[in-house]
Amino acid sequence: MNAYSPLDLAEIAPGFADPTRDSQAVFRRVMDAVARPGTIHDLSFAPPPPPGLGRAAAAMALTLFDFETRVWLDGELRGGAAADWLRFHCACPLTDAPGEAAFAIVVDAADCPPLSSFHPGDAKYPDRSTTLIVQVPALVGGRCATLEGPGIKERSAIAPAGLPASFWEHVQANHARFQFGVDVIFAAGDLIAGLPRSTRVTIKGD
Amino acid sequence: MSATPVVEQPRRRWLSILAKAAPAEVAAAWDRLERPPAYRMLRAPEIGMVMVRGRMGGTADAFNVGEMTVTRAAVRLDSGATGVGYVAGRDRRHAEIAAVIDAMMQSPELRPAAEGIVNPLETAQRQRRDTGARKAAATKVDFFTMVRTRGPA
Repeated sequence: MNAYSPLDLAEIAPGFADPTRDSQAVFRRVMDAVARPGTIHDLSFAPPPPPGLGRAAAAMALTLFDFETRVWLDGELRGGAAADWLRFHCACPLTDAPGEAAFAIVVDAADCPPLSSFHPGDAKYPDRSTTLIVQVPALVGGRCATLEGPGIKERSAIAPAGLPASFWEHVQANHARFQFGVDVIFAAGDLIAGLPRSTRVTIKGD
Repeated sequence: MSATPVVEQPRRRWLSILAKAAPAEVAAAWDRLERPPAYRMLRAPEIGMVMVRGRMGGTADAFNVGEMTVTRAAVRLDSGATGVGYVAGRDRRHAEIAAVIDAMMQSPELRPAAEGIVNPLETAQRQRRDTGARKAAATKVDFFTMVRTRGPA
């Protein structure tokens, strides 16, 4: 385990004003987003985020992370104000190994390690896999991905901006190894959209 | 984690006083404050448990005494100072006020007002402890051994 330095509280931004109700409201929207891939949900009621994170990504962290969830942060967040904020509010242990993380936050999608390097779950407990929060500039404007699978009537679509082409290849490979694999939640500003491992993705032009 | 975050000694003193004070005492002292500072919550008061550890004679290996309920909160004054409150029991308002007073003690212009709360609490605590100690001392029994001597035969 890495040794933790004392936190400087002077720079920490506030968390939920009403932790119980606010985290329940966020949880409901995250659940809907993952249950209905491709739908977009609004978390604008959440408190302002720390530097480096968007409001939606920060609200999900406050709701889902606690002292038992190992969290992997990408290079941009590691050691920064957002990492201190997570330590203070969620008390979550941070890890450098993507393979042992319960959650991961990626803010620089171009630099995201392949999805297969995260924890894929095991045969008995596929739910022990990593859940990735991928922060993107916007949920529209990128390459259009057609989604099919559980929770989707016929088909749906999503086009997050700022994702490299390799990301979608990783997503397709991730789906191919179902029941193993990771679940992805896209966050852009106040908005989120889910992309669980059960969703089949087709990219236009493939 | 074995590293103990360093808390400077004077701050440790007032945090300890606030933690052990009775919630009603703290609330009453707060209500008497003429100009309470404006603040917002960094961490809303939350109730939890901590494991209290002790050492036999203060030097032996640490052992777990038992769990106790604590309530904690963190606030930031509008003037910028940040304070934390960790108090015994489940009184949310107690933790919130303790955090505000901690922040006030750290900002020079608000410190005199905060001292006006902390110092009487300390005096009251010391008196309670002395009274308890005196009452206990009054029940003290000295055991002594009578030396039995044989009388002259």
